[in-house]
Amino acid sequence: MINRNPQLDENGVLQHLLTTEGLPASVLLHILDTAESFVGVTERDVKKIPLLRGKSIFNLFFEPSTRTRTTFEIAAKRLSADVFNLNIAVSAQSKGETLLDTVNNLSAMNADMFVVRHAQSGAAHLIAKHVQPDIHVINAGDGSHAHPTQALLDMFTIRRYKSDFRNLRVAIIGDILHSRVARSQIHALTTLGVPEVRVIAPKTLLPKMVERLGVHVYHDMAKGLKDIDVLMMLRLQNERMKGANLPSPEEYFKYYGLTPEKLSLARRDAIVMHPGPMNRGVEIDSEVADGKQSVILPQVTFGIAVRMAVMSILAGNQV
Amino acid sequence: MKIHIKNGRLIDPKNGIDAVQDIFIAKGKIVAIGAAPDEFQASRVIDAQSLVVCPGLVDLSVRLREPGLEYMATLESEMAAAVAGGVTSIACPPDTDPPLDEPGLVEMLKHRAKSLNQANVYPIGALTQGLKGERLTEMAELNDAGCVVFGQPDGLLPNLRVLMQAMLYASTFGFSVWLRPQEITLTGDGVAHDGEVATRLGLLTVPVCAETIAIGNIILLTKETGVRVHLCRISSAEGLAMIRSARQQGLPITCDVSINHLHLSDMDIGFFDSNCHLMPPLRSSSDRDALRHGLLDGTIGAICSDHAPVDEDAKLLPFGQSEVGATGVELLLPLTLKWGSEMRLPLLNVLSKITSDPARILGIDAGHLSLGSAADICIFDPDHYWKVTSSAILSQGKNTPFMGMEIPGGVKYTLVNGHIVYEH
Amino acid sequence: MQLPDAEKAFDNLAKKIQADAGRDFALVGIHTGGVWLAERLHQALGTKQPLGTLDVAFYRDDFDKIGLHSQVKPSEIPFAVEGAHILLVDDVLQTGRTIRAAINELFDYGRPASISFAALVDRGGRELPITPQYTGITLELPADKMLELKCGKNGKLSFHLYDKSMPE
Repeated sequence: MINRNPQLDENGVLQHLLTTEGLPASVLLHILDTAESFVGVTERDVKKIPLLRGKSIFNLFFEPSTRTRTTFEIAAKRLSADVFNLNIAVSAQSKGETLLDTVNNLSAMNADMFVVRHAQSGAAHLIAKHVQPDIHVINAGDGSHAHPTQALLDMFTIRRYKSDFRNLRVAIIGDILHSRVARSQIHALTTLGVPEVRVIAPKTLLPKMVERLGVHVYHDMAKGLKDIDVLMMLRLQNERMKGANLPSPEEYFKYYGLTPEKLSLARRDAIVMHPGPMNRGVEIDSEVADGKQSVILPQVTFGIAVRMAVMSILAGNQV
Repeated sequence: MKIHIKNGRLIDPKNGIDAVQDIFIAKGKIVAIGAAPDEFQASRVIDAQSLVVCPGLVDLSVRLREPGLEYMATLESEMAAAVAGGVTSIACPPDTDPPLDEPGLVEMLKHRAKSLNQANVYPIGALTQGLKGERLTEMAELNDAGCVVFGQPDGLLPNLRVLMQAMLYASTFGFSVWLRPQEITLTGDGVAHDGEVATRLGLLTVPVCAETIAIGNIILLTKETGVRVHLCRISSAEGLAMIRSARQQGLPITCDVSINHLHLSDMDIGFFDSNCHLMPPLRSSSDRDALRHGLLDGTIGAICSDHAPVDEDAKLLPFGQSEVGATGVELLLPLTLKWGSEMRLPLLNVLSKITSDPARILGIDAGHLSLGSAADICIFDPDHYWKVTSSAILSQGKNTPFMGMEIPGGVKYTLVNGHIVYEH
Repeated sequence: MQLPDAEKAFDNLAKKIQADAGRDFALVGIHTGGVWLAERLHQALGTKQPLGTLDVAFYRDDFDKIGLHSQVKPSEIPFAVEGAHILLVDDVLQTGRTIRAAINELFDYGRPASISFAALVDRGGRELPITPQYTGITLELPADKMLELKCGKNGKLSFHLYDKSMPE
């Protein structure tokens, strides 16, 4: 049976951020607008506001990721919340404690919010379904399913440089098949009214029926990059570079790596994004990554503000 | 004990009977239909007014979880569930712990089952030792111990050479081989149908070709070896079409479908509902529709519950890590009736899919109400709707995608060998 | 109930601030009404320092009750707060909680030399020890009424009164 979108309560108020799929544009825009205010905060002398003073935020990372965890930690600390980092990959799970055992134990420590990273698709949904109603869950990446805060910071970045979503052509390039970032980007872009979203990848890196998500499929960079305003590169995991998905990083770079020549096929004012960490010389050439059209570093800065916005909106949405 | 079941609507698909007739039971057997035999003194009269009286159901796949997996379910709990669902004959797959690959294990299971005096249990013997797909089991010995057919249940097909040898060996003794067609190298860690839902949810997939390639191989090996083959839990329209054409060529191949695949598609996974984590995976709605029609033309011979009780904790995990399976033996009758009424079929044809047809596939003398046969009978109210809840289900497994649904068909009495084993 | 004329109240407020000249204030308006007033004052007083704006949503003490529903606008303080003489401007002063939040926020930009406060309306009902240095008018209103300043398309200011249970 299909249930109500588990991120929203019966009044349509956001209780958890699990995926960008199925959220109305108004919710996404509220997050982006709120983040604008936090950008100012992060530029001040005192980069901290008292909004979440006394709140306890637990970073539950079942899959190690220092980078993402740190951005959530900074965001929470700038909101004056107390942050607890749990690297569960090496603690409870190895002692046979189940995911929900762990969550229940932490709930008993009066958590207000869980930031969850897990290697299994759907882990954040499962936790959100079983936590007490006053606890909010933020999905910081589950399997190949979703990474909504990354997609939102990407949208924030696009809006900063391109203003209106409704006349853009956006290309997402690389390992769509395994990418939670790509899925969340596609849903966010289509919800915000981007008229043309393309995915460019070899067939071994595309999931079946991906066009049903509302994207146009290209296998050739020259065709796919024509008239593009925004290039969203994806990270290629090391284990996919050589094997059944791809023969070698060299061949991938030759055909799908973003070089200045390939970038010149897009619009002259196109921007280049990457969720990081980058494989220079595999999916992106250093000259592009550090070039004038790259907005990769601003993405990182905006990431803090967007995560602050998500945390404060959720914390303020009491049931 | 002499039992007189009166005023019931007697439906016996094998004998083509659908009429209000009384039925008389003595010494565990059906002694008369219609008029009472001379000097018949019933010790129990069951008034089946407005109820259907049909053969006890035959379920081609019920996991009792014994031996070895008692934390999921026990023989006691699952046998009680079976008769509560009107099921009187069950085939149980060999994927226990240890697997049913030794006569001693099979004898013990038969003995345990017999002492409970409920449904008749027909163990499916392991085709290869430890189900590892390397060495053949002692099939003839296992047959003496009570195994009627032999199988490799869960996508653990041996390599083709071993499979061919196993099929040849089984055909030597006239045993049929039961296989769930799934090519393991295309399955990997897949948990969902390779379609839009898995793409949205980022789940690893089991493509349709994992099923069709295995079916293709099995069809060719059937031709080669001449063995009777039963393909378990067909999930795809394409696979079904291959089986249809193989049957048209006269190959001795049958197949079944589970109640889950008859009613659900990958869309029902919704937001990672682990109750829908099943194997084979729920496929597209067009696959489901093809399966619903495949029963009509006889390509699919039977509906089974694919009963697989799972302990609660094993389902409270992310979709891909959750245990495969759903409880179902109590839902076999209701969900078959639901299919039948949605397809506007006469009850006689509907009930054949869970009585006489599966009995023929399993090769047992059951699933009919002929004079002189064992009195395995199900009496149910076709107009009674009930809600699937944890408390309404007797099985120790409480996980099913149908939880919370209203379904038709309330079993009132179940008789095995002339004994009332369930009464509601 | 007859509401006072907002334009007259503004003129009165501007006069009072002008009369106290001698200090070059840096003006900071509190969103939304306070910003309109601060912009007008900035022109009327000919203040040299650029105008600052604050949205105190992140510093409010009722976040747990009301959350972050309304649209938050960025705070912008385009001058050095350190050592500045600041005049905070808001439309309606009641409990004093908004001013408390604004003062806290200002201190996160630096340590001002002084902060004064100008309110267009003081409607009483204080819950914190806050007193404006400059007031346009004072008004007695029932506690269940909400007074809001509006700015017309022509830039004309006016007051509107609502029941608290049904804002807008």
